[in-house]
Amino acid sequence: MPGLEDLYREIILDHYKSPRNRGSLEPPAVRSEGHNPLCGDEIEVFLVVKDGIVDDIKIGGQGCSISQSSASMMSAAVKGKPVEQARALIHRFKHMMSIDEGGEEPDTSAPLGDLEALQGVVKFPVRIKCAVLSWNTLAEALDIAAE
Amino acid sequence: MSFDVQKVRADFPVLAELINGKPLVYLDSANTSQKPNAVIDAMTQFMQHGYAPTNRSAYQLAAEATDKFEGARAKVAAFINAPKVHEVLYTKNATEALNLIVRSWGSANLSVGDAMVLTHMEHHANIVPWQMLAAERGFTIRWVPLTSDGLLDLSNLSTLLDGAKAFSFTAMSNVLGTINPITELCAAAHKAGAIAIVDACQAVPHMPTDVQAWDADFVTFSSHKMVGPSGIGILWGRESLLDAMPPFLGGGNMISDVKLEGFTCAELPAKFEAGTQPIIEAIGLGAAVDYLSAIGMDNVRAHEYDMTVLALNSLNDRFGSDITIHGSTDAALRGATISFAYRDVHPHDISQVLDQNNVCVRAGHHCAKPLMRLLGSNATVRASFYLYNTPSDVTALCDALSEAGDFFTL
Repeated sequence: MPGLEDLYREIILDHYKSPRNRGSLEPPAVRSEGHNPLCGDEIEVFLVVKDGIVDDIKIGGQGCSISQSSASMMSAAVKGKPVEQARALIHRFKHMMSIDEGGEEPDTSAPLGDLEALQGVVKFPVRIKCAVLSWNTLAEALDIAAE
Repeated sequence: MSFDVQKVRADFPVLAELINGKPLVYLDSANTSQKPNAVIDAMTQFMQHGYAPTNRSAYQLAAEATDKFEGARAKVAAFINAPKVHEVLYTKNATEALNLIVRSWGSANLSVGDAMVLTHMEHHANIVPWQMLAAERGFTIRWVPLTSDGLLDLSNLSTLLDGAKAFSFTAMSNVLGTINPITELCAAAHKAGAIAIVDACQAVPHMPTDVQAWDADFVTFSSHKMVGPSGIGILWGRESLLDAMPPFLGGGNMISDVKLEGFTCAELPAKFEAGTQPIIEAIGLGAAVDYLSAIGMDNVRAHEYDMTVLALNSLNDRFGSDITIHGSTDAALRGATISFAYRDVHPHDISQVLDQNNVCVRAGHHCAKPLMRLLGSNATVRASFYLYNTPSDVTALCDALSEAGDFFTL
C-alpha cells in the first residue's frame, strides 16, 4: 500500500500552507468556478489573457491540500506563458493523472518542476479528482477568455 | 436479552478481515452499514434454492418465492408497527421513496399559492425532489431554522406551518446526529392541517420505530443502512392517502387491467410496485429485520448512546479546543453520528490519514449542502457508530486523528 509520504510530498504541503497567486481579479478578468461534488472542494480561477499570453492569474476557493496545492502550482506554472503552452500543460497534467482525453500523447520533454510532486496522487485514485479540479477550471477560464 | 457487542461483531464477517494487515475500524454506518451472516445467508439460500418470480406465476417455486417476498413485507410492517401490511411499499431506496411521495402525492396536491415546509438539516433527497416539483408547480418551500447547538428551532413552527399542506422532516440528521421530536412535529403538522412526512433513513436502523405512535402520514427509509442489502427501500404510507394518490411508475404488476383506451390500477401495494421488484433484496431485508429484532432496537439504541457519550468525551478530552464537534453535546438528543472539524486540517486530508489506519470515516458535505453552509464549512469529517462498534474503535479514531494532526503541522 502506498504511504502518506507518496501523496503528501513536502512541496505539496508548502504550496498548501503558502498558496501562490491567491486572490481575485476584477473584470475584465474572466472568472470560472469548479466544484468537486464528492468532497465539496471549490476552486475559482481569475484569468487575464493579453496578446495570447496568460498575463495574470489568481486562485480562490477552499478545499483539501491536494486540490489547493495543485491549483497553486498550476497558477505558478502557467503565469506569463502563452495560452497554447498552458493548454498543453493541462493536457499533460491530466495525462499524468491517468485521465485519457484522447488526442496526441503529450510532449513530456520539458521539466514539470513542482508539479512533478503530484505524480504520487495517481496511487490514490479517490484523490485524482482533487488534483484535477483546478486544471479543468483553468481550461474553462481559457475557453471563456477565447470567446 | 443482554447485548454483547463481541457476539454481534462475530456475526459480521467483514469485521474480522485484515486490510493491509490491520483490522477494519468501520465508522461510516450513517453512509451504509455492514452485513451480518444472517442476511448474506438468507439471500444466498434463496438464490440457491428458492428463486422464482413473485406475484405472477402459478407453479410451486413461484408461490413459495411470493410467500417469502410478501413475508418480508410483513416483517417490515411489524418492525415499524404499521397498521396494515399493504401500506408497506418496496422502493429502490429511501431517495426513490421520497421521490414517489413528491411525484405522486405532491403532484396531486401542490400548486401555485400552496406552501410546504422542510427543515434546514435535510438530506438532499428530501430537498431536491421538492425543489424540482416546486419549479414546475410554483408552490413555496418554507424552512425551519436551527438553533446554535444543531437542534430544530421550533419557536416559529406554527407560523411556518400556517397554511402549509405538508411538513417533511428528517427523524435524525445525517450530519449532526440530532434526533428530532418526531411525535411533536407530526402533531404540529396535523394541527395546521398539513400531512407529516418523516425521512427516517437515519432513525430506523438505530432506534425503535413506531409509525402509529409518531402519528406520521408517510415514513421512508432504506435497507442498506439497517444491515440489509442495498437496492431496496421502504415507503410506509397511510392507506387512505396511498389509495387517493395517482400511481408513480407505470408498467407491469401495478395494473388491474389495461385496454387501448387506458388502464386501471392494482390494489395496494402492487399499485406502487411497477415491474419486477428487488426480490432477493426483499428477502435480505426481511432477514435484517429479524436480526435487528432478535437483538432488540432498545438494546441497539442503548449501545449507541454509550458509544456517543464515550466518543464525545474522548474527542473532547484528547483534542480540547483543537476539535469542533457539530451538533448537540447531549447524547440523549442525538444518535451516534458525529461530525467535526479538527484544527485547520481539511476533512479530506484527515480521512486520508485515517484510512492509513483502516479507520473509515466520511469526509465531505454529506449530501446536505444547505446545512453545511449554515455550519460555515464546505466539508466535515463524520464518524458514525453502529451496533458493532466498540470502545476500541473510539480509541483507534482518536489515535489516527492525533497522527493526522502531527502530520499536517510538521
